[in-house]
Amino acid sequence: MPQSVVGPEIERLIQLLSRLPGLGPRSARRAALHLMKKKDLLLEPLARAAAEAAASVSVCSVCGNLDTRDPCSVCSDPLRDASVLVVVEDVGDLWALERAMATRGRYHVLGGTLSPLDGIGPDQLNLSSLMHRAQDGEIKEIILAVNATVEGQTTAHYVTDMLAGTDVRITRLAHGVPVGGELDYLDDGTLAAAMKSRTPF
Amino acid sequence: MKAGRMPDPVALTSLSLTDVRNYSGLSLGFSARLVALIGPNGAGKTNLLEAISLLTPGRGLRRAAFEAITRLDTTGGWAVSAMIERDGEETRIGTGLAGIDPGSGAARRVRINGASAPSAEALLEHLRLLWLTPAMDALFTGPAGDRRRFLDRLVLTVDPGHGRRVNDMDRLLTSRNRLLDEGASPAYLDAVEAQLAEKAVAVAFARAETVALLQARIEAQGAEGSAFPSAGLSITGEFDDAVTASPSAMLEVSYRDELRETRFRDRAAGRTLSGPHRSDLSVTFAAKAMPAALSSTGEQKALLIGIILAHADLVARTSGMTPILLLDEIAAHLDPGRRAALFARLETLGVQAFMTGTDADLFRDLPASSERFEVVDGHVVRLG
Ligand SMILES: [Zn+2]
Repeated sequence: MPQSVVGPEIERLIQLLSRLPGLGPRSARRAALHLMKKKDLLLEPLARAAAEAAASVSVCSVCGNLDTRDPCSVCSDPLRDASVLVVVEDVGDLWALERAMATRGRYHVLGGTLSPLDGIGPDQLNLSSLMHRAQDGEIKEIILAVNATVEGQTTAHYVTDMLAGTDVRITRLAHGVPVGGELDYLDDGTLAAAMKSRTPF
Repeated sequence: MKAGRMPDPVALTSLSLTDVRNYSGLSLGFSARLVALIGPNGAGKTNLLEAISLLTPGRGLRRAAFEAITRLDTTGGWAVSAMIERDGEETRIGTGLAGIDPGSGAARRVRINGASAPSAEALLEHLRLLWLTPAMDALFTGPAGDRRRFLDRLVLTVDPGHGRRVNDMDRLLTSRNRLLDEGASPAYLDAVEAQLAEKAVAVAFARAETVALLQARIEAQGAEGSAFPSAGLSITGEFDDAVTASPSAMLEVSYRDELRETRFRDRAAGRTLSGPHRSDLSVTFAAKAMPAALSSTGEQKALLIGIILAHADLVARTSGMTPILLLDEIAAHLDPGRRAALFARLETLGVQAFMTGTDADLFRDLPASSERFEVVDGHVVRLG
């Protein structure tokens, strides 16, 4: 290893940046350099924003969303339709559906999908809290907005079986979601259309 | 099927390799439909065919790990890039590894016209590849797994979604076996088996459909008086007997029930003992109704060539584009009559074919429009 051209503080910044999705070591170095060149405009505001977010971010105890308040902004919004619950794999999917303004319902974030090969079973997902919500009487419809991957569909099957004894109507996204597609990568129009044309599971 | 419409002629017009096997850098242009690569063993002829075979889903004609394709003495990645011409329109396609990350089970990248493609499946929109290699000489006598893989590749060239279908099925099988081993809850197994049944039935139906279509092309080829014997193809296995008899929804339910009932047995066996992943492709000489495995090596080879030629015809008809054939050391095993018949058939089909051989004499009967290259020690020189 050649001796580092930068001090340990900057080296640490680069290492952390390189762990962000979509950034490799090379783009992390470029980003770090850019931040330092714009110290007043970017680096310091970013550091403050990161510190503030870190101090207040938490997982919503109701739905699993990430927000600076608990319950999250969506769960505490009185204008939301409390009879519709949209089940998603990940917070990123929740945000994608919100961007698309695809639903007025509330959400439940599973925190992943069933994946035996990755050692992720039912106990690793937020399933018991989903069961409790389904049983409290307020929810009439649960929409399974999981990805059209093998893991997503396996999870959908499991959840459907799990909720079979409740009075809740279970539907899933129908058209427009390509096989193997991931919600987060779909455009807003496609997502809204998929939500509208949902079908009974 | 687009009946009556001529398929678009598809050809690979240029090929460049970077750090692939014995080639550090190589750029070649092709203008002919029949291309002969001539040179001694070990010169790198098959490496060229392998490089082209990476321009389709899967691991190429050697089924190599992607890391193993990188040229020795280098630690970086490798790249194959080609220009594909279809009916006058050009598309640049490429694939490769950016760098070798040990133990990462590296995924290769696929580029089409300068943009990243989500998966190798997208390559099938631009070209369909078929190949025959000496390793396939034992296809009829070897293990069933090899014939299944051969069958799935035949299906993939007419039905691009088949690769993912088979991968999904394999992953679900591994998942089920693992859940059985771990003693997972019945509800979890139910969910995995429901997905498995859906994929397994889709795989079995796609195979059955391709085999039926291919059989029809084999018979048409035989009726035209082919120099290559006609094969009788069928898919054998418990699962496949049901495929012809039942509608898919029923088959899915009955396979799901079977999976549920055989959990104890399969847990003891450590694997799933029933399903289309256990099927076999059975091949006979149609004329004699004799199993292919019982005939001479030479006749087996001729039978296999007949299958590939009929399949090339099928791919052209179903995809609307002519496939590209990679025929490794194929001419050496044929008598001059059949060799000439092979070249003539390739010309009639209008396909592009890359053929290797150790001796220029093998390609004497190629039409005048063909191209010949000499391959010696990783150098490729156009002849005449
Ligand atoms: Zn919430």
